[in-house]
Amino acid sequence: MNRADLQTMAQREQEKQGKYRCRLLCCASTPCLSSGGAAVQQALEDAIKEQDANAEVAVVSTGCMGPCSRGPVVTVQIQGENDVYYENVTPEAARQIVADHALNGQPVQEKLLPSDLPFFAKQTKVVLSNSGLIDPERLEDYVARGGYLALAYALREMSPEDVCTEISKSGLRGRGGAGYPSGLKWDLVRKAPDDKKYVVANGDEGDPGAYMDRTLMESDPHRVLEGMAIAGYAVGADQGFIYVRGEYPVAAKRLERAIRAAERRGLLGSRVLDSSFSFRIDIRIGAGAFVCGEETALMASIMGRRGQPVPRPPYPAQSGLWGHPTLINNVETFGNIVPIIEHGADWYAAIGTEKSKGTKIFALAGKVENTGLIEVPMGITLREIVFDIGGGIPDGREFKAAQTGGPSGGCIPAQFLDTKVDYESLKALGSIMGSGGLIVMDDQSCMPDVAKFFMEFCMDESCGKCVPCRVGTVQMYRILQRITDGSATRQDLQNLEELCTMVRETSLCGLGQSAPNPVMSTLRYFREEYEDHINRRTCEAGVCEMTEVPVLELVEELPRRIRAAAIRNQ
Amino acid sequence: MTTLSSKADTKKSESLKKPAGGKKGQSSSQKVRLATAWLGGCSGCHMSFLDLDERLIDLAEAVELVYSPIADVKTFPENVDVTLVEGAVANVDHLELAEQIRERSKIVVSFGDCAVTGNVTSLRNKLPVDDLLTKVYHEGPGAVPRGGEIDKVVPALIPRVLPLHQVITVDAFIPGCPPDPERIWAAVSSLLAGEPVVLADKMRKFG
Amino acid sequence: MAVITVTINDELVSGREGQSLLELVREQGIDLPTLCHLDGLEERGGCRLCMVEMAPGNRLAAACVTPAQEGMVIYTHSERLVKYRRMILELLFAERNHVCAVCVMNGRCELQYEAYTIGMDHVRYDYLTPDLPMDASHDRFVIDHNRCILCTRCVRVCDSVEGAHTWDVMGRGVNCRVITDLNQPWGTSQSCTSCGKCVQVCPTGALHAKGSTVAEMVKRHDFLQWILDGRENHQWTMRNGEPMESGR
Repeated sequence: MNRADLQTMAQREQEKQGKYRCRLLCCASTPCLSSGGAAVQQALEDAIKEQDANAEVAVVSTGCMGPCSRGPVVTVQIQGENDVYYENVTPEAARQIVADHALNGQPVQEKLLPSDLPFFAKQTKVVLSNSGLIDPERLEDYVARGGYLALAYALREMSPEDVCTEISKSGLRGRGGAGYPSGLKWDLVRKAPDDKKYVVANGDEGDPGAYMDRTLMESDPHRVLEGMAIAGYAVGADQGFIYVRGEYPVAAKRLERAIRAAERRGLLGSRVLDSSFSFRIDIRIGAGAFVCGEETALMASIMGRRGQPVPRPPYPAQSGLWGHPTLINNVETFGNIVPIIEHGADWYAAIGTEKSKGTKIFALAGKVENTGLIEVPMGITLREIVFDIGGGIPDGREFKAAQTGGPSGGCIPAQFLDTKVDYESLKALGSIMGSGGLIVMDDQSCMPDVAKFFMEFCMDESCGKCVPCRVGTVQMYRILQRITDGSATRQDLQNLEELCTMVRETSLCGLGQSAPNPVMSTLRYFREEYEDHINRRTCEAGVCEMTEVPVLELVEELPRRIRAAAIRNQ
Repeated sequence: MTTLSSKADTKKSESLKKPAGGKKGQSSSQKVRLATAWLGGCSGCHMSFLDLDERLIDLAEAVELVYSPIADVKTFPENVDVTLVEGAVANVDHLELAEQIRERSKIVVSFGDCAVTGNVTSLRNKLPVDDLLTKVYHEGPGAVPRGGEIDKVVPALIPRVLPLHQVITVDAFIPGCPPDPERIWAAVSSLLAGEPVVLADKMRKFG
Repeated sequence: MAVITVTINDELVSGREGQSLLELVREQGIDLPTLCHLDGLEERGGCRLCMVEMAPGNRLAAACVTPAQEGMVIYTHSERLVKYRRMILELLFAERNHVCAVCVMNGRCELQYEAYTIGMDHVRYDYLTPDLPMDASHDRFVIDHNRCILCTRCVRVCDSVEGAHTWDVMGRGVNCRVITDLNQPWGTSQSCTSCGKCVQVCPTGALHAKGSTVAEMVKRHDFLQWILDGRENHQWTMRNGEPMESGR
């Protein structure tokens, strides 16, 4: 296939879609599927069949539309009208939507989601521009929206160096969390002297509550593949790997299909788009280890070794997979490539702040009215995200903190709600951008308890290679356990703080180095809560039961317990 | 070299300086009031203490032994200058005594590996207390005790055996199982001289 | 090989390019504690005891896995480093059941040595007292997981020197364990050649000869250099029970 064929394919598909007066887009990504999306789609199809409306109404199973807590979500697209969203659609409601709205133009009021909701209005969809609008399992759908044209353009009009320069100019930074300038990384790999190079997409998204990468892979797999192919061309690689988390079977299946379809059409594989550039992409499925999101551990896993990080340098760009230069970017970073090539670096650089360009996808979760997947320009304030897009805190409760960056991140308290969300500002607050998990907490959250939750996660996920992370996380968890059960002493708090600094500075990889972050940031902003737990044995949020006592008080407590147990046994 | 006892602040130690001059025939009130206590341990550390042999005579010149398993004093006295504590904290009696020791002593020393690390005493920590009692007294070779914890015949075991410093603040540590007499003498003479306990590398060896 | 200049503890020293910082520091007679490192085995960078402070910025780096580079300025015994090393040792002692008093390696254990050398006289953290097994199914050797510090010297020597790769690691975090074959009893291992290299390189009492009791086990490391010298320089003679000076 060449560029002309690509355009023909796009045209044909557009015509085909144009034949339908009405298209019913039914979300088929994991959140909606788990709330009954498959039955809704079946109901839509059945209803259309019953009404004998197959010629004018089409049902399309698409990717994520965003408001995941309101799923299953269905969009009604009628030619010449604005899209209409329905929430919590049941099979019954689906039949009614077909009968009333699709065929008679009368929206079904009770399930309607107003389209001027700030949830939609405040978002800027760059990476997710196709998400929820195309069928991720059909290459034609992607091509009809201009897919693979960016690759074709890059292959024909740009040199590999041009591509790297363009990415550098766009100001794109790694979306995996660390925010390393992508263009710089690409250029390093491009310049690395080796005949064999690799491109790796990191889709081992392990942060609790985060599902940005999953959604992108499920909703628009070809965009990731195209981004990787452009990267392959730019750095001189002929082989790519997508490392997909084992818990993402839907994403893996759709990527697999997408790769097959693209290879069949000559968009991947040998002689891509009739050029001299060849690029294969293979999928590697993770086996449930969080640490495999760390790039060196991920590469070990791809190579079939135990998923453990190795010290850097050498960096993957110098010596990665099987000793060859390897470009590793997050899946979302690759999702940004197509729009940059398509619209140009200047267009992209106009979005966002001075140092953080473009948009960022967040998985908004926790105590907010609208949870779901959002894409916002960098530099938006936390307040806008929580109160406008998120719709504020439910049940009239107070906002207490927002947790960004998952187990590697920190908590941002209410006084910083007007902070602009970008790499530098979040770092200054003791948190990180992270891969995009954003958990909102209200006044019913106990901060030591939150810290304990994340510490338990890091403890379970430590690979065990270096001592500070392997044992340090357990010790920190134990102290947090004592703080939240009422048996902690002042000495514990001092030990905890010392351990935090030590583990951060001496651990081998990012997992250990950032494991203390949730503790350190909650200590920074909510120290009095820790002190109340220790000195007054109270948990203001009412989360911790405080059933234990400090060890010296066992003198009275233990005989009391033994007596109580004896009475129970009688 | 690192100071062995970071917590033994000089102020506390200085107060011991006067009697440490060790003039012969001084009245007992000027002597250092020394106590030794025996928590969850095998008494091996005390045996090693007795192995100070002829140095015991010098010691007796400088100190008054106000409480010790070898002195048959029933209650832990007030105003103790130095207390050597053998053994780990394993039951509520130990907790009570440990607290008293801390309140009534200027300097508390963890004496031997059980006090310092939990050592052999803490091997029982692998089992929950109830399982342990069942295993020892119902399935094991021992006889089922009459009375039992509920009647305060046997002090209640705390859930986990702890080294002394995890219960009270400890000022100095003498590791060893048991600490050999040279270590004990090195530590005790520093204490009597009013200096912080600084043991040579090898004298800090556990085991 | 190019000569490089590095500043160690405010003193200029010369080293060779490609050398690790650890090697360079030790050449200067400075004692840097290590547990996972062993001359002759590939580096792991896991114990974090050999960390040094690098100016500017005072970033910490494990000396064993950091190549020495021209112009580096490092400190090996800053207050912070000594404090962290002590904490790491405390964490190791707290992790498993290191009861020196009843250990076959009491008095010759590298963990014990590093602890008393650095001044660690007590452990501030919770003893985790895990319930770990021993495997005495092998004819001559025993693995006692209670004493294992997961340095993986056994794994590395078995893989790269003996070439058997009997040992590996399973599990993660504190639940990691070294295993023989696919976690089968050592005595039934098909791949084990019973060469005993793993036992000799083990820094603690985790791997020991059957029948040894408290403080009886002695381990030899010199065989490793001897084998490597033999392979590289074809010198296989021992002099007075010591390996011959190698050609280098």
